[in-house]
Amino acid sequence: MKDLGFILASWIITLGSIGVLALVTVRRARELSSRVPDEHKPWV
Amino acid sequence: MHHWHKVNRDMTTGTATTRVIGWIAILTTAWVVVSAFFLTPADVIQGDSVRIMYVHVPTAWIAYLAFVITAVASGCSLVRKHRTLGFDRVAGASAEVGVLFMAMTLITGSLWGRLTWGTFWQWDPRLTTTLFLFVTYVGYLAIRRVDVDPVRRARRSAVIALLAVLEIPLVHFSVVLWRSLHQEASVLNTDGDVRLDGLMLFTLFSGVVAFTLMFVWLVMHRQRLTALSDVERVVGLDASIAARRAEHAGGVRAT
Repeated sequence: MKDLGFILASWIITLGSIGVLALVTVRRARELSSRVPDEHKPWV
Repeated sequence: MHHWHKVNRDMTTGTATTRVIGWIAILTTAWVVVSAFFLTPADVIQGDSVRIMYVHVPTAWIAYLAFVITAVASGCSLVRKHRTLGFDRVAGASAEVGVLFMAMTLITGSLWGRLTWGTFWQWDPRLTTTLFLFVTYVGYLAIRRVDVDPVRRARRSAVIALLAVLEIPLVHFSVVLWRSLHQEASVLNTDGDVRLDGLMLFTLFSGVVAFTLMFVWLVMHRQRLTALSDVERVVGLDASIAARRAEHAGGVRAT
């Protein structure tokens, strides 16, 4: 496959960034959830 | 065992719905990767660089969608005053994810441009208006961080979001309105003629579905995260005020 480096970079940067944002979100959610009472979490 | 599960679930912003959406997003993305790299052919004109399109086009479309949702939620937050904060959090979360997707559109477009045009960047109407849209929403997110009071934040950012969304038609039609290096749309074009092979089109739409699911998952989590953050700020502020009052009362009594 021609230009594989550019193609792989596009995919890795995109999916990697979304994955990192997802991880950061989940970690921050865990951190905040432990400090906020359950009555403020309508989704629980 | 049951108790352990309950405690862990309460410690996140996830629900059964987000878990289902997350898994479907992962599976759809896996299919798109396989199809984009191994099943679809190289394009007659673009060659293998067309494989970047399966990620570039969906991120662009979903960024547009994100900014439209931000505008709609912002409008609702201004009109439906009793649910201002709920709508505002959706608006903010949607803009955050939209900015990430727009950044990915610019980066992947730049990599594709290097292969096709021989340059990473050109001050072309489509590229310039897209960059302008990206910078506008980065500014919108910065404004959201200025106000500590959630209600005031909601009002200010809603007005900005309603103005910023007007840029989207300008970006989309920039290739028609001005002489542009960027190609016209292959799918959502003005003559309605879809210029893509069957499997290529199916892969592109699978990509749109995958990125839409990722977007929904991220927005659901991030708007709950904003809710937690707002509560923590208010609870923290209340605790600080109570502590300061107690300190002051103690000081007054001591004197």
